[in-house]
Amino acid sequence: MKIAVLIKQVPDSDDVRMDPETGTMVREGMGAIVNPLDLNALQAALDLRSAAGGEVTVITMGPPRAHEALRECLSMGADRGMLLTDRAFAGSDTWATAKVLAAAVKKAGPFDLVLAGEKATDGETGQVGPETAALLGMPFSTYVSALSLADGGVEVARTVEEGIQRQFLPFPCLLTVLHALNEPSMPTLAGKKRARRTEIPLEGIASIGISPEETGLGGSATRVVKISYPTISRTTEMFDEKRIDEGIERLVAVLRDMAVI
Amino acid sequence: MTGKQFFVLGEVRDRHIHSVTFELTGKARELADTCGGTVTAVLLSGGLDDDPETLLRSGADRVMTVEHPVLSMYNQDAEVKVLAHLLRRETPDVVLAPATTSGRTTLPALAAELETGLTADCTGLEMDPETGLLLQTRPAIGGNVMATIKTPVRRPQMATVRPRTFRAPDRKAAAGGAVIRPEIPPELFVSRVVNLGFERGEDGGSNIQDLDVVVSGGKGLKRPESFRILEELAALLGGGVGASRPAVEAKWMGYPHQVGLSGKVVAPKVYIAAGISGAVQHLAGMQTAGFVVAVNRDPDASIFRVADLGLCGDLFDILPRLTERIRKEVGAE
Ligand SMILES: Cc1cc2nc3c(=O)[nH]c(=O)nc-3n(C[C@H](O)[C@H](O)[C@H](O)COP(=O)(O)OP(=O)(O)OC[C@H]3O[C@@H](n4cnc5c(N)ncnc54)[C@H](O)[C@@H]3O)c2cc1C
Ligand SMILES: Nc1ncnc2c1ncn2[C@@H]1O[C@H](COP(=O)(O)O)[C@@H](O)[C@H]1O
Repeated sequence: MKIAVLIKQVPDSDDVRMDPETGTMVREGMGAIVNPLDLNALQAALDLRSAAGGEVTVITMGPPRAHEALRECLSMGADRGMLLTDRAFAGSDTWATAKVLAAAVKKAGPFDLVLAGEKATDGETGQVGPETAALLGMPFSTYVSALSLADGGVEVARTVEEGIQRQFLPFPCLLTVLHALNEPSMPTLAGKKRARRTEIPLEGIASIGISPEETGLGGSATRVVKISYPTISRTTEMFDEKRIDEGIERLVAVLRDMAVI
Repeated sequence: MTGKQFFVLGEVRDRHIHSVTFELTGKARELADTCGGTVTAVLLSGGLDDDPETLLRSGADRVMTVEHPVLSMYNQDAEVKVLAHLLRRETPDVVLAPATTSGRTTLPALAAELETGLTADCTGLEMDPETGLLLQTRPAIGGNVMATIKTPVRRPQMATVRPRTFRAPDRKAAAGGAVIRPEIPPELFVSRVVNLGFERGEDGGSNIQDLDVVVSGGKGLKRPESFRILEELAALLGGGVGASRPAVEAKWMGYPHQVGLSGKVVAPKVYIAAGISGAVQHLAGMQTAGFVVAVNRDPDASIFRVADLGLCGDLFDILPRLTERIRKEVGAE
């Protein structure tokens, strides 16, 4: 079984720092990690390989330093890595990113299964997975929280608002996964050694056969036109420690007025 | 139809039109009225127990309903094919859809199919008076900033919007317009994805997005047991319990209860936040609530800046007193 895992390197901090002048993210000096959900996708791929044999390829589009993220995946047990780096990719929106990833999957494939995270912690769009599936013409599912092999495909559980939906998808297909799917394993020493020895080919735009107009800023459908800071404020009636009873009375009056009680 | 066409891709759950469909139809009406446009609401389902005409009374000029057994449970494969067919034929300028698990699954694939862009989780939508383009505003970089995005050339301009971001308009008593059933080539209903079943979750019935009162707890609650206090208070007020992300990560509450950027957006009449500091990512999920109450012992906590009423002190002291007082009030009636 041949499995591709789409991974993204994201900033390592919950409290992302901002440049107050430009409103952009301060990346300097920030650590970078593999997007947490992508590690769940990788773990699922490794588990399937254990069960059915085969090969796991991790693919990322990003700056040259994203090879660190691929190395980490190799040391967890992935067989191959593919790094897509090119100036022409800069400024890609989710659609332009998906075009690059779909082309890369085609080049490195064919694959039976493509896995991705449900969303990345930096972009938080959750769009790249389904977009890539559409461009590959593959059936796909999302919010996958359980997964098992079935005859000619996979059975998945999707966690949605009101419960769990079960679906069957034939190979080849693409899935985006949730944290609940599994517990990613730690890199092993042997894995780290092997990862150091494994060569990660660097692919530019020419080698995946798409044109510069299709990707980067020019190949994107959307444009960011403004960045602003949310300003939310209300006039607060404050009650300190000594006036809590008064505050509670005030609240009860409001709740009564609003017909809540 | 003349003028700009606005399409709302509605959501049907359990044969009922989900409230977000009305919210988006109302918003589309508002946008269309700025430029003499028309609004079409599309409903895909396995059959409807609600009357689609209610959407005409909520701002749609027409409703298109497509009913087929394969759509009786959410089916992304068939939805994308049917909607791509419809949108290619109708060529709308703007397409709005809910940022629910279904919308967030169908829409990106649909956008890629139509070779256009998509903006996820918009919290603001307006028409640019100069260019006539849709300005799509969404929280970015962990909610620290708002990014305004447009789709200058490609069509349609597509956006998903979280439920409860916009208020549903009041329904008019009567309205013109038509409900139509477009002709769909039968092969588009053939799905590669096979639905095997659905199990309703324990929490499925109590969606905090649908409640008038939400009482949320954060890290300040310190222990999972403390959430009992909130549950008691919420029950007295006919509401439900929400939680901040750290409280969910500590497994004090389940993920369906998470409020915020990476959880749910709630807009109840009353939101009570206890032991929550008020990080922007949390505020992104509750700032449109009607009346906000904050209980926190830190007078400088940012949650107080968005609160209408602040109780500054120890929540383990305040909440039981508040609950007791409300129990008396409710019992006295
Ligand atoms: C990309 C991204 C997405 C995120 N998404 C979300 C999201 O969806 N939802 C979310 O909530 N967060 C989210 N976060 C996390 C967010 O940044 C904050 O870390 C989080 O909201 C803080 O939770 P808290 O207020 O419960 O905890 P804290 O910030 O630790 O605040 C605890 C508060 O409790 C008060 N307190 C403690 N003890 C008592 C007591 N005895 N009595 C009264 N008050 C007390 C303290 O004064 C403090 O203000 C996200 C972060 C990122 C980067
Ligand atoms: N640049 C990228 N390279 C590889 N995979 C990506 C990239 N961007 C997004 N993905 C994949 O798509 C998922 C969703 O990302 P997003 O749509 O940005 O929230 C991620 O979890 C990754 O699996």
